Amino acid sequence: MRVMAAGLLALALAGAAWAGSRAPVLDAPRGEKCVEDAATMRRSHMDFLRHQRDETVHRGIRGARHSLAGCIECHANAKDGAVLGSPSHFCQGCHAYAAVKLDCFECHASRTRAAQAGRQARSP
Amino acid sequence: MNPIDTSRRAFLGRTAAFAGVALAPGVLLYEFAAAREAGQEASAAVRWGMLVDTTRCASGCTACVDACNAEHGVPKASRPTDAQWIRKVELKDLRTGAVRSAPVMCQHCAEPPCVDVCPTGASFKRADGIVLVDRHTCIGCRYCMMACPYKARSFVHEPTTGQKTDTPRGKGCVESCNLCVHRVDRGEKPACVDACSAAGHRAIVFGDLNDPSSEIALRVRSVATSQLRADLRTDNGVRYQGL
Repeated sequence: MRVMAAGLLALALAGAAWAGSRAPVLDAPRGEKCVEDAATMRRSHMDFLRHQRDETVHRGIRGARHSLAGCIECHANAKDGAVLGSPSHFCQGCHAYAAVKLDCFECHASRTRAAQAGRQARSP
Repeated sequence: MNPIDTSRRAFLGRTAAFAGVALAPGVLLYEFAAAREAGQEASAAVRWGMLVDTTRCASGCTACVDACNAEHGVPKASRPTDAQWIRKVELKDLRTGAVRSAPVMCQHCAEPPCVDVCPTGASFKRADGIVLVDRHTCIGCRYCMMACPYKARSFVHEPTTGQKTDTPRGKGCVESCNLCVHRVDRGEKPACVDACSAAGHRAIVFGDLNDPSSEIALRVRSVATSQLRADLRTDNGVRYQGL
């Protein structure tokens, strides 16, 4: 019994350590402040984007507060200007951690405008 | 029964005509001063259109096609199933031998058949006359491709890479010329128009057909232009001169 308890404890500790190491370490954003606070963004960014996309595509409203292009310009990796590519890239890192399928970038550009133009997003 | 009061009707007509004239400078200022302000939606008072002067369009020149591909991140079409937003067409009159070259793209119809047949509402016409595909709702059924008399639409068969920020495109959706809607919203002209000017041909004029003082409105008023397949009465926003 004692052996089993020790074994369970060891497993639990190992599990905790594993979970801790898996928490994503993401690229630092370029800007100082996000359009909403971090908790709101984590919970609701998909709703903001979904609402905004219809306003822009159908009604032609530009310059909205929430825009996917805006997310990418700020959160892209310093070296390659992308939000996808490795577990530290902003969008991919968190979506992999949360196990949520990310299909925005099957159509949308995942790199900054500068990176698309062949220029480096910003000095590494 | 009272006779119809024609004097009142005539007065209303005159007033409306006067109001139209008085409004025109304001409308002009609003459209050409700059891009639409952030937060403002596309206006139904505007009807964007293009005029292609086939007498100036050079045979063999593909500046407009190349510029379109670069602007929207569309790879150069090499197979019949590849996406094609704009293509150069050569027309030869066999009796006279006259050859005309012109780009053909989405004609941005006022009565677009692609919108009529779309089962999901993905194919739609924006208030300012630009016909678009909302890829978020497109299910890739390709009804619009069948309905379009101009073969303007393409289906994307394979995964895409190298997309541009302003032109998302992906496998499983239909796409076509969007009149460079992102540039137009910024107050710029479509990429093909600028490329044609840069190549020295100036064969494409872009502007607001509803604004009587715009270059395109002056041109379509003063010279004979035609819409492709005008018999279908789709009232195209793209017009051709010299066909």
